[in-house]
Amino acid sequence: MPPQPGLSEHLSDPYRVRGLYDPRLHHDNCGVAFVATLHREPTHKIVGSGLEALCNLGHRGATGSDPLSGDGAGILIQIPDALLRRDAGLSLPAPGAYGVGMVFLPQDAAARADCEALVASACHDEGLRLAGWRDVPVEPACAGPTALAGMPVIRQLFVGAFGLEGDTLERRLYVLRRVIERRSDAVGLTRDRFHIASLSSRTLVYKGMLTADQLPAFYPDLRDPVTVSRLAMVHARFSTNVLPRWDLAQPFRLSAHNGEINTLRGNVNWMRARQSKFRSPHYGADISKLRPVIDELGSDSSQFDNALELLTMAGRSVEHAIMMMIPEAWDRNPLMDEERHAFYEFHASLIEPWDGPAAIAFTDGRLIGASLDRNGLRPARWLVTEDGWVVMASEAGVLPIAEERISKKWRLEPGRLLLVDTEAGEILDDDAVKSLLSRRHPYREWIRQGAVRLDELERVADPPDPDPGTLLVRHRVFGYTEEELKLVLAPMARDGEEPVGSMGNDAPLAVLSERPVNLFAYFKQLFAQVTNPPIDPIREELVMSLATSLGAGGNLLEQGPAQAKRLEVPTPILSNADLETIRHVTQRQFPAATISTTFHSDGGVQALEEGLERICRLASEKIRDGYTVLVLSDRHVDANHAPIPALLATAAVHHHLVREHTRSGVGMVIETGEAREVMHIALLVGFGAETVNPYLALETVGELLRRGLLPAGTDLARAKERYIHALYKGVRKVISKMGISTIDSYSGAQIFEAVGLAPELVNRYFTGTASRIGGIGLDVVAEETLLRHRMAFPERTVDPVSLAGGGDYQWRRDGETHAWNPTSISLLQHAVRGGGPQSYAAFAAEVNDETRTLKTLRGLFDIQGDREPVALDEVEPATEIVHRFCTGAMSFGAISKEMHETLAIAMNRLGAKSNTGEGGEDPERYVVDPNGDNRRSAIKQVASGRFGVTANYLVNADELQIKIAQGAKPGEGGQLPGNKVDEVIARLRYSTPGVGLISPPPHHDIYSIEDLAQLIHDLKMANPEARISVKLVSEVGVGTVAAGVAKARADHIVIAGYDGGTGAAPLSSVKHAGVPWELGLSEAQQVLVAQGLRSRVVLQVDGQLKTGRDVLVGAMLGADEFGFSTAALIASGCVMMRVCHLNTCPVGIATHDPELRKRFAGTPEHVIAFMLFVAEDVRERMAALGFRRFEELIGRSDLLQPRTDIEHWKARRLDLSALLHRTEAAPEETHHTRSQEHHLEDVLDQRLIELATPALERGDPVRLKLRMRNVDRTVGGMLSGAVARRYGEHGLPDDTIRIDLHGSAGGSFGAWLAPGITLSLRGEANDYVGKGLSGGRLIISSPPNVSRAAEDNVVIGNVALYGATSGELFVNGVAGERFAVRNSGAVAIVEGVGDHACEYMTGGRVVILGRCGRNLAAGMSGGVAYVVDVDGRLHEHFNLAMVGLEELDGEDAQFLHDLITRHHEYTGSLLASRMLQDWKTSLAGFVKVMPNELRRVLSLKARLDVPA
Amino acid sequence: MSRTGFMEHPREPRHKRPVVARVGDYREVYISHPLTTLRTQAARCMDCAVPFCHQGCPLGNLIPEWNELVHDGEWEQAITRLHLTNNFPEFTGTLCPAPCEPACVLAINSDAVTIKDIELSIIDRAFEEGWVRAQPPGSRTGKRVAVVGSGPAGLAAAQQLNRAGHRVTVYEKADRAGGLLRYGIPDFKMEKHRLDRRLALLEAEGIVFECNYEIGRTISAEELRRRFDAVVLCVGAERGRDVHTPGRSLPGVHLAMDYLIQQNRRVAGEAVPGAGAISAAGRNVVIIGGGDTAADCLGNAHREGCASVEVLSVYPEPPQTRPAGNPWPEWPLVLQTYPAHEEGGRRHYGVMVTGFQGTERVEAIETVECEVQREGSRREFTPRPGSEGLMPADLVLLAIGFDGVACSPLVEGLGARLTDSGAIAVDAGFCAAPGVFASGDATRGASLVVWAIAEGRQAAAACDRYLAALTTI
Repeated sequence: MPPQPGLSEHLSDPYRVRGLYDPRLHHDNCGVAFVATLHREPTHKIVGSGLEALCNLGHRGATGSDPLSGDGAGILIQIPDALLRRDAGLSLPAPGAYGVGMVFLPQDAAARADCEALVASACHDEGLRLAGWRDVPVEPACAGPTALAGMPVIRQLFVGAFGLEGDTLERRLYVLRRVIERRSDAVGLTRDRFHIASLSSRTLVYKGMLTADQLPAFYPDLRDPVTVSRLAMVHARFSTNVLPRWDLAQPFRLSAHNGEINTLRGNVNWMRARQSKFRSPHYGADISKLRPVIDELGSDSSQFDNALELLTMAGRSVEHAIMMMIPEAWDRNPLMDEERHAFYEFHASLIEPWDGPAAIAFTDGRLIGASLDRNGLRPARWLVTEDGWVVMASEAGVLPIAEERISKKWRLEPGRLLLVDTEAGEILDDDAVKSLLSRRHPYREWIRQGAVRLDELERVADPPDPDPGTLLVRHRVFGYTEEELKLVLAPMARDGEEPVGSMGNDAPLAVLSERPVNLFAYFKQLFAQVTNPPIDPIREELVMSLATSLGAGGNLLEQGPAQAKRLEVPTPILSNADLETIRHVTQRQFPAATISTTFHSDGGVQALEEGLERICRLASEKIRDGYTVLVLSDRHVDANHAPIPALLATAAVHHHLVREHTRSGVGMVIETGEAREVMHIALLVGFGAETVNPYLALETVGELLRRGLLPAGTDLARAKERYIHALYKGVRKVISKMGISTIDSYSGAQIFEAVGLAPELVNRYFTGTASRIGGIGLDVVAEETLLRHRMAFPERTVDPVSLAGGGDYQWRRDGETHAWNPTSISLLQHAVRGGGPQSYAAFAAEVNDETRTLKTLRGLFDIQGDREPVALDEVEPATEIVHRFCTGAMSFGAISKEMHETLAIAMNRLGAKSNTGEGGEDPERYVVDPNGDNRRSAIKQVASGRFGVTANYLVNADELQIKIAQGAKPGEGGQLPGNKVDEVIARLRYSTPGVGLISPPPHHDIYSIEDLAQLIHDLKMANPEARISVKLVSEVGVGTVAAGVAKARADHIVIAGYDGGTGAAPLSSVKHAGVPWELGLSEAQQVLVAQGLRSRVVLQVDGQLKTGRDVLVGAMLGADEFGFSTAALIASGCVMMRVCHLNTCPVGIATHDPELRKRFAGTPEHVIAFMLFVAEDVRERMAALGFRRFEELIGRSDLLQPRTDIEHWKARRLDLSALLHRTEAAPEETHHTRSQEHHLEDVLDQRLIELATPALERGDPVRLKLRMRNVDRTVGGMLSGAVARRYGEHGLPDDTIRIDLHGSAGGSFGAWLAPGITLSLRGEANDYVGKGLSGGRLIISSPPNVSRAAEDNVVIGNVALYGATSGELFVNGVAGERFAVRNSGAVAIVEGVGDHACEYMTGGRVVILGRCGRNLAAGMSGGVAYVVDVDGRLHEHFNLAMVGLEELDGEDAQFLHDLITRHHEYTGSLLASRMLQDWKTSLAGFVKVMPNELRRVLSLKARLDVPA
Repeated sequence: MSRTGFMEHPREPRHKRPVVARVGDYREVYISHPLTTLRTQAARCMDCAVPFCHQGCPLGNLIPEWNELVHDGEWEQAITRLHLTNNFPEFTGTLCPAPCEPACVLAINSDAVTIKDIELSIIDRAFEEGWVRAQPPGSRTGKRVAVVGSGPAGLAAAQQLNRAGHRVTVYEKADRAGGLLRYGIPDFKMEKHRLDRRLALLEAEGIVFECNYEIGRTISAEELRRRFDAVVLCVGAERGRDVHTPGRSLPGVHLAMDYLIQQNRRVAGEAVPGAGAISAAGRNVVIIGGGDTAADCLGNAHREGCASVEVLSVYPEPPQTRPAGNPWPEWPLVLQTYPAHEEGGRRHYGVMVTGFQGTERVEAIETVECEVQREGSRREFTPRPGSEGLMPADLVLLAIGFDGVACSPLVEGLGARLTDSGAIAVDAGFCAAPGVFASGDATRGASLVVWAIAEGRQAAAACDRYLAALTTI
């Protein structure tokens, strides 16, 4: 198969940005493993086993449109001296006294010669001897065409070093490689053409753009029995990128990484900022040759390896370096010993965490180990055999090792290390390694001497606020509005929480607004989707830390008391008193200099530019003068001085100091009147500030009190604290939605996209931030600032008493424009209520005209046809076009039953689709009504809460939609308060009325793209007929995510705009997260076409679509299908009250109040009329453009022309060429034309279904016995679908189908298992056991005849019973993290669990017989858990925010006895049998965990049930 | 903030004085609510994110804002917010038919918030508390503006321009300022002390009123242009529409406005010359026309002690509820019942007057029933043969509308021109000629007080832009 046409273009230059497709935005998710022996003898068997493990992880890797070319696979082994000595044809020094480089060279001979010459001269200059080259034998025939197209010439380089060996030699080789790389950079040789995969005297890397099983075939060396090693580290890559580069295959030189570095931009910048301070006795003057440390064109994993290498090569042990870069969550861990705490605290001042989900395998050639991120977001299992092998892998069961040989099976735990010393022949566990390291230096003493904590200092009193009489003027200077005071600041000061709103955002982008807006508004928050999970900052607070420090940062390469000197600040938000304390009290240790950030208000843009230069210059001077804290202050605004926008000042100084390499020595405090909401603080920190003092907002709290906007009697000081707390919580949420846990690594990480800023402005002040459609320059920034300034200091008196109204959140006639306003709302409602086509035309004209008056990006271009018009009757009918329409995901729970069913009936009548949203669906709706109406939603959503997701739910769908994110609040979870959970909602969500329900921010079975592939597979198994959809939200990089999703075999991808949203969401998320769909859709289309993946997925767009023109533009930018939500609600009577979250909807749409629901007056006819109007509108436009078939329009972005008549002062600066870029490809490659390959033909379940035919057809009992392997995934899922399809939610009688299995189960064992099926496994299972368990029974027991104790060994992976609604699980052994997360009905028993067990549980019962990890029962609002207190310290493991501990009663005791008895029967558990033998003692050891809310509801119910 | 008041409290409009009591005097009909009622009524406001009331109000009053402030007891802030968009809430609070209320979201399926009552209570309270004070400008621009006409449009324009720092003189042809507010509106709708109080404030802010000044007569248009940097014409639409049916010239047949002006003067205690006096006392009155003016005549006739009143409208009787094609939030084309209608008299619909009979003065009118056909904005009335009738009448008041401005020489003298319907022609920026602006009934034809104030403000802003380039009002 030849490479795609789009691919060849990319092959020529894989770095180039084309349109919206930026190849740097790729993501990797992978399988990683190592095998090592504790016996000192290197063997070929280790290499072979490494390769075998790799092959068994192969399903975690991926292929692109060319199935033969893998994304990358590789192996790192010790130098196979015998092989090299035999085959190199060189006389090599003694083993260990020479270095071998694995070098990828250009195919072009001349270029290759240049590279080799470059190597030779570098060796010469570095005083090393180039011993020679060896051509590495390769067998290209096995590789795929795309891989071959980019294949390098692979040679090994031999370097001698005149008697040097060990660390000294390694360091010389490191310098040599850096010199070669720097020189090749200087001559423009990019890494994809010339790459040194490894250069070491200890390790050698074989890797390539190959699949796991191609690797040994490609490199005969690896099959050669002479090739021996004591360790083998392997990696299989799953990349979202179009052309995975050969050089980016892993392992790298020291590490193999499965995960994402979310904070990469900040880490790289901070690394650069520190470079000038590097000093090391190991390098002396050579240190300059190592800079820059980070290869900026590498992947996040390779850049991580760069930093790890530096720390290691500078003298720290590799595990020490890992602990610095990926510290465990130490800040809030009271269980941690003091020395270790000090170790982490000390290193926090040297380097910020490289944060993100990570399973890292690492080695220096002697030590090999692995570690997990602080949140344990990647799976990793390990085992030790009796004969001294250690195997660590992303999955259990990657090697066929006889169970009897295994002495220990465990898992890597969050933030923990596993270390194997292959020379000493020993395993070092986490505790051993860390206590050793943390006692090597007196870290505690160093901190005592050097660190100062702000909250321990003598407090300065809050300085008095300036005259309140001047407040109005200052408010005007910074653009405050009445609305902000009332809707944003007041709720924060009153409740200590961010305010919540509903119904999305329909105000224009900052660059399209007529009014002067704050610079903050030009930025949009990025958020995690698919490739890494967001974090729950509330329920998983223990991993979060907002503590930061000022004045820190010494020489990274050394350690001593000097590096501990820093001023510790508990939060990035400073009160006025905090700032004064920093200014005055710490002056001797941490001298602070204040720099005024104002500019002359009559000097225009020149004055602003000079102002920026001045503050940068001053910052440099102050640092030279020894100041370690810089306060950038805009307090001194007056009639002649306007404030430099705080964000601009911050970013300008930060980047200036990074470029100067002086940034790391100084802390930045932003004292600003401009910052007042969460987004502002996040931006200031994200662009480099450590702390912010929002003085004017704090002063405003006083004004709120004076004005009566806070409850009478409010204490001012407390109100200010609450306001700061609201900011704190909001910032914590903003960082968590990107999956970042610590503010130190968020600082400077620039997790934002700019929309509407000119490249010059961004490159200069916001370097490295995406800004894809150009926009305003510094002159407009100045103009906007000065317009506000003029309103504050007018020539004539204006209204002397009030602020501008605002109108951003609530429409006002003189405020910001909104797409949904009284005119557009009433026109649409009139149209569908008998107004007819003319009224629709008036509506569409109004909306399109508003569009043109620059409310949306799609208003910025004209549609220009290139064909003759055709007659209207030649165009495909509206009844066809509406099949491409659906309504958006709105849960029953968010909207009323009446509204929900109206949508379903309407869409079913049209042959279109409605979406059930996240909240289950009443099975009675699966039955067609007597009048023929069908109330069943064709699209069933699967969201993070998994409410009501049962096998029966899944089989009653035409489309299953995985909601990764939603437009209004991407990256966030949700909460349905108890008072909204009535009987019906509780029944459908498998919960208790009155008990609140939490949707977690992440799907706990999607931490990575390979996890998504697994979930897609799971859903496809349950319902092979349904297409699987994945809903994403527009942000920079969504195209590459979409490519990954397509590779993960989704059938359908939704790109939602940021502006949609019908549910409740925090206002700052509604306004500031995500970007318009035009950008995301276009990017997805461009990337998918370029990768040859477009034709196998349906692409859908949604987000404020209203008219036929919107649909047409969507099609031209690449959409096959279209979602409407708000418009469908408005057609049904919604008037955009935006009170959906308050249950007070006066038109009965977003409410459960029975009285208000009576007011609902919408009908299916209204919705149908709207859809048909839009479809007719589309037809008429198609006829005018000369198109007969809709699909001909898809991807025709060439028909969109940027308008030339735009006079808008900001919008005319936009450059839409990237948005309209069209990737050339055959027409059938630009829209959906074929289906995905799901490879369901050969799954184990096909056999199970066949064998279970008697049960399925007649209900006869069936007994089966089979073996299984880790590649058998979702076993039981398809069988359960078959049961549900025939027998509905109640399934078959208990135990009708009983299947006994042996071996290692792949992911999602027993997913959706339906009633009547029992799966009994002897062996082990991986992650997601019993996902969505729907009534079946799962039994997992350790194999018989093993010596190890079941209760001391891990037998199942992470995230068992996620979203289970009923059924039973018996686990004879220990489970991983998040056991029974979101369980809402299953009964489970297990002999030990990891962290976060029973998280978000709403029902069911869980019995834990052994040890527990931390954060037990976090967010648990329902169900009951019984936990054995093994060591009397169980209480320390609970998160008691929502649960209480109780004594057991008689019913509990009976239940436990019965269950444990059955556990023993089913699994043969020895622990169970011991407990039963001494039942009284055993029973006394239990603690009952009871959710507070459930207890309250139950006692209320008990009282009500007692007759009066 | 959660607003659930609409679920807890029914709409409770202000109460009216009993008919027997109120027809005995000319005092206002409505009685103020106690504060507690006002607060619960304000609590019915849902603070809609898209406040259709705010759109429905020609002034763009910030209705949800001041409803919330009233609910919270923040009356002083409420008047501040109210005054931001409305110079004279006491005029609209008494006189406006309140198009905001049918646009209220509650009106979709329930009863609207009593917006107008709340508005009036805010301004009444503000006057009581002394919160309404003259706000003279901080500095003067040195520019001079003449405002011609002192009705609501002129007063609004004058106040806005004065606050912007210009020197404003208001010219009024009558002997006292106020225009229709003084001589058109009966006291039982708005007592004159409200007007006088406001005029005093305007004078205190520095506005000069020149009454008995008729431009073109007392002072020439040229002179006006010479003395002032800009002129704003707010001269109203005073030319009353007349009929030309036989017998029109009989004594006892009058234009409604002639009657209303006399009545207002009488109520104000001014002398009305005996000759030409129009009185309804003891007479059988027939009012022709079905609008506000007709209702004003009706109320006056009862208070004068008429023998009977018949009100004739040529249009058919409007429906009680919204007809199809007239959905929320549009102004409902339904039967409007004013307090005057409750006080007596009969309303007849689809009746056309074909002649007046009488010898020395009118004694009866000839009528015929008719049907109306609408074609766009044109209407055709077709008499129904055989439905002719005779109705006794010894006072006939013609309240059938107005035909534009009554002072065309002035308009032409300023270089402006009239449209076909008799209004002053202006561009989108209320400009009638360079430096000459016009607004209110003079440009849009007879309309609501709220439109007059709104347009007065807009014309003032346009005028200010003309004078100062950057407007701040």
